[in-house]
Order: sequence, then C-alpha cells, then structure tokens
Amino acid sequence: MTSEPQSPTTQSTASQPSKGTIRVLQLYPREMNIYGDWGNALVLKQRIKWHGYTPELLEYNVGDDFPDDVDIVVGGGGQDSGQLVIQDDLQARAEQLRELAENGAPMLVICGLYQLFGKFFKTSTGPTIPGIGILDVETHGTDERLIGNVIMKSDEFGDIMGYENHSGQTTLGPGVEPLGTVTKGAGNNSKDGHEGARYNNVVASYLHGSLLPKNPAIADFLIRTAAERKFGTFVPGAPDDDYARLAREHAARRPR
Amino acid sequence: MLPALRTVLGKGLPPAATGVPCLDWDILQSMLSFSVPLGKLVRTLSRLRGGGSAFPGLVVEKIDPRFMQRTLASLPHGVAVVSGTNGKTTTTKMVVELLESQGLKVFTNRSGSNFTRGVAASLLGEVDWRGRLDADIAILELDEAHAVHFVNKVAPRFSLLLNVLRDQLDRFGEIDKTARLLEHIASKTTDTVVLNREDPRVARIANTINGLDAVHHPSVRYFGLDESLRSTFPNDDEMRTGSGPSPSGTSVAAAPGEAVELPDADVVLRRVGAQDADFEFDGETVTTTMKLRGVYNIFNAAAALSLTRAVLGTGPVDTPGLVKALGDVAPAFGRGESLTVDGQPLELVLVKNPSGFRLGLKSFPAGGYATMIAINDNYADGRDMSWLWDVEFESLREDGVEVLTGVRAYDMALRLQYDDVPFGVVEPDITAALRTFIDGSRGKPKRIFCTYTSMLAIRRELAKITIVEVVS
Ligand SMILES: [Zn+2]
Repeated sequence: MTSEPQSPTTQSTASQPSKGTIRVLQLYPREMNIYGDWGNALVLKQRIKWHGYTPELLEYNVGDDFPDDVDIVVGGGGQDSGQLVIQDDLQARAEQLRELAENGAPMLVICGLYQLFGKFFKTSTGPTIPGIGILDVETHGTDERLIGNVIMKSDEFGDIMGYENHSGQTTLGPGVEPLGTVTKGAGNNSKDGHEGARYNNVVASYLHGSLLPKNPAIADFLIRTAAERKFGTFVPGAPDDDYARLAREHAARRPR
Repeated sequence: MLPALRTVLGKGLPPAATGVPCLDWDILQSMLSFSVPLGKLVRTLSRLRGGGSAFPGLVVEKIDPRFMQRTLASLPHGVAVVSGTNGKTTTTKMVVELLESQGLKVFTNRSGSNFTRGVAASLLGEVDWRGRLDADIAILELDEAHAVHFVNKVAPRFSLLLNVLRDQLDRFGEIDKTARLLEHIASKTTDTVVLNREDPRVARIANTINGLDAVHHPSVRYFGLDESLRSTFPNDDEMRTGSGPSPSGTSVAAAPGEAVELPDADVVLRRVGAQDADFEFDGETVTTTMKLRGVYNIFNAAAALSLTRAVLGTGPVDTPGLVKALGDVAPAFGRGESLTVDGQPLELVLVKNPSGFRLGLKSFPAGGYATMIAINDNYADGRDMSWLWDVEFESLREDGVEVLTGVRAYDMALRLQYDDVPFGVVEPDITAALRTFIDGSRGKPKRIFCTYTSMLAIRRELAKITIVEVVS
C-alpha cells in the first residue's frame, strides 16, 4: 500500500512542436457546473496537451456569440435555477448544436445538460422543460433521489465509475444506446439497469465525479475523435495514468 | 416532596387542605413539568449506557414539547443564533468567550445530529431540578438544515449570519436555497441581525428585513473588511477567475473593479499581521495579538465582536477586557488549531467542502510549511469526491505537497496531477503516512489539511506523541 509511482510526470511536450490546436467549448459554465463538472474541462485541457496538441478552452454562456469552429463540446449539471436561466438560450442554439452532433462532433454532456439534450424534462411539480432533442431520451422528475457511487460496464470504454445525484429519471428511446450497464448504483432510472446514452460521438451520463479524471478512456475518445475529424489522424502521446488507475482501484471498493 | 406531590395529584383542592401551609410556586411548577426530572433521569441513564446525546431530548420533546421554548424564553438576554455555511463553530465559541469576558453566563450547544433535540438534551444537562437555567443568554450554532424548524419554535433575539458559500450541494441543496434559509432566520429575529457586509448574498438580506412590517423589524448591523483584505476572500461567484470559468450560478457580486457603495460596518477588520490584527469599532482602531490563525478565522472574530456588541447593547462595556478575550480565543477543534511536534508547530485545518478548502488554502499560505492532505470518504465526510475538482490547488504548486493520505489518497493525487502540483508519498494508511510526514519534514513547520474522519484518526495518532485535546 505504499506509494507506487513518485510525482506525476506529465510528459512535458513544451520542446516539441504542437500537433495542432483542439478547441474545447464549455456550455454554460456559469449556470451548469456543479459537483466538479469543471474537472471534465480541465482533464480535456491537460490531456490534449499531454497528447502533444494545443488545447484552447472556450466558454459559451447565455447571450454570448456562438463560436463557429469547435472541436469538442462539454456541458455539466446545474441547479434548477440554472436550468431555467439557460432554457431559452439553449433553444436558440439548438440548431447549431444539433448540426455539430449530426456531423460527428465529440460531445460530453452530464446530468442537467444530458436531460436537456433529450426531448424534454417533465418536472415533478408540473412544468415541462423542452429539450433540444439531439438524444432520443425523455426525463421525468420524481421525488426519489438517486444518489451514490456508480460503477458500470461498457464494451466501448471498459468499467466506468463516478457519482450520481439526480431525481430526474431518464428513459431511452430506440435512437440511442445506453452508455453502460450498471453494476453498482441506479443509473438512468430506478428500473432499467443502464446508465447514460450514446449517439454518434455524443456521450451523455449522469455521473459526476468528475467523470473524466477517473475515466481517461472517455476523455481520450473525445480527443481522438476531435483530432481525426480535424487532422485526419490522431497521434497519441503517453499521459501518465498510474494515479488514475490507482484511484479507480480504490474507488471500486467504496460503498455505494 | 411528598406533600407537594399530593398537591399536584389532588388538583382542585385548596392548598390548605393538603396540609401545606405555604406552597412554593417554583416547586409546583417543576412538579407540573415533571418532564425535567424525568428527562434528566433519562439523560443520566443514557449516559451510563453510553447512548446518543439526543435521546433524552427526544423523551422531553414527546412529554413536554414546550420545554425548550419555555426554558430559553426565561433567559434575560434571550437567544442569539450563529449561522452560515462556514465558520459557525469557531465563531460561536468566540462569541461565548467574549460575552463571558463581560461577566455574562452563557449557555451554548455543541452541534449534533438533531439540532432541536440536541439543544433540548444539552439544556437538560444544564437546568436544575426545577427546570431553571442559570444563564443570561444562549448562543446557539445553528445549522442551515435545522434553521427553519428551530426559529419557528424559538424566535432569536439576535442572529449573526456569516456567509453563503457553495457547499456539497447534496447535503444542503442549493446555494440560493441556503440564502433563503438565512433570510428566514433574519426575519424571525426580534432585536438585531448582524450581517457579513462582504458576502453579497448575506448583505442583501438587509433588503428583506427592511421590507418587513414595522412590528417585526429587527435592526441591522454589519461586520466588514478593509478594502486591502477583500482580495484574500474568495467569493463563490468569483471562484476560479483568471484560470477559467466561474462555476456557481447566478452572478450577484458586482463585477471586479466596479465600485460598490457599501454600508458602514459596526466592526471592520483592518489588518492581519503574523501574530496580531487591527479591528476598528466606535471610530477607533484597536490592535491585539491573536491566537487564532488564518485571515478567515480572524474575520469571524470581527463577526463575533459585532454580535457581542449588539448583545451588550447600550450597557457598560469593558473594552480592554473584550479585546483581551479576543486575543485569547483559541481556534475550535480542527479550525487551524496548532499543536507542537518536534518543537515545530503542526496545524490541523479541517476541510469539509470546496469553499472550506479554498478558504483554508487562501488563509494558510503554503510558503515555508511542509504540507500533508488527508482525504476520507466515510459517511461523516460525504461519499461524493466531486468536490475536490471544485477546488484549485495552484497555490501549492511552488512548494508541493509532501504526503497524501486517507481512503481517497489516490483521488487527491489525481487531482493534484491535473493541477500540476508536485507531491511526494501517497499512502492511504493514515498512521503510516503521518509517521512518514513527520520524519520527512523535521525542523519545518507542518500543516495538514484533512476531512473530518481523517482528522479524528490523525488526532488519535498525534495524541501518542504530543498533547492533543481529547474530542469525543
Ligand atoms: Zn447531477
């Protein structure tokens, strides 16, 4: 149990020329960024660098101009008040986001934005918040809060782990695949036994944690897809994932 | 006792008929509310059993639901509550010590699982068999989660509202909801509300109070910071400026650099030195040495001072005594408490949530210190590790972190890796890690940032090599 590797060596690539710039757009970081969602953007930024590319982090908030050349889109969860604030603006941007998704842009949406990327979110108190329909899913608010550590199996990414905390329950339609099958925790809802959704290169999930630090396979999928779309190929670097592996091993043993 | 008991049982008979010539009204009262002796008995029994502290409170609550209100209402200076997301424990302790320096007898609570029941239980420990509490005032640390329930039962005469910082949201819901809870406390306060002038969500509560009808209109006073110190206090809405987006919702703060008209404050923290601080009140600046460490704790001392002044009101104040008491206040358990190991100070900084961790990093600069971080995710710590990603660790980059420990040591390692902060040993076992840390940083002052249960473990270990106050 003693320290395995000493000090992270995050492959300095400062001396080598950059393999190109990858632009990461954070959706509504001001309103939709809780439970460590910022970690996902930070991981993308650092891993892009460790793979030898140059990261550029962009933010899109309510009322901003929407940047036109975006390589990766990432969005997080929010408080109810946050969802209401962004609702109209998101509808106004629905066309651009849909086009990006249809064209295969890699995207990661967590929790609140996962719900709003679906068809609608019918809240438990009555009003229905329309989504932008990129994902064939619908969400119904409940009084039950699904909360705790989650582990799921995915053919694509291996074991995925994180922490869920949501009262909206999401049902998948035929147009999407689940991200994984839950082995610990609830996932999309309290009965189907699966978590998240996959469509084109969109990855949607309820997991905070943050998701990407302990699941570098998903981070690298987003980066590889972005690089391939932009440059035709992806030439990976060698990020040091020893601590990610150890953190995963220890997390897997924790109670729900 | 017997004749009086017969009086109670023979209700309706004139006192003379029971053969008691002169009825002691107080005895009759306590016999009528026999819940007090019963409750005290249950309390003693459950102590012997080693049981929980709230259980006797539950018994009294069931038998005599108005016990707590009645007892607290009898206090000459009433009830003062201290609430907010961060720093309640230290601040409550400070207010108690400041008031005691002025000769007041103070009842206070240790916060527990069920607040109202916990207060009832500790009251039972303090009242005499007649149900009387020998105190002038109650100073209660009020958890936001229990605030509404409590203030609806007992209207506080004074309230001190410290801050609304983003917490682990799964515990207390949303930040705006927390602000509304504090607002509710303020609206139930009958005499004076003391507000943090520098926290926009708290300062704004003044608007609500001023909107109340004249009958329930407590007066408002503020504690504040000198302009030169404002930058050392991260506001939640400004968190992470410079290196990225600001995460938490609605922007209430004025844009940086924008001039804001601030109200006058009753007490202002003007300067913080290595061992001392300047406070301004009554138009004068007083310098005092401080046992407390960390700008954030010392700002809470200004808060405590302001509440104390409100309680003392227009009565006589022993200002030198007050200032001396302020300097003597020692930090509460885990709030920047300093122990001695190997002739060097070792500071324990409790970190429970992102705002607390950010304040800890700001308040205790890394320079010259050896640092260890201990992260557990037991139930009492919170299971969700997401919060580590809401804290920035750049301030540790230059000096690095010697040792990482706790159940989630590797999550912490991963977090530091992504912030480019160098670190040494990663050892989940706290006992082994602590030994490594102490051996590896001889001759250097040390600091440990730790979650709640890891702090308990660290204190147990430290007690073997130095003097540590025992905390149950
Ligand atoms: Zn969520």
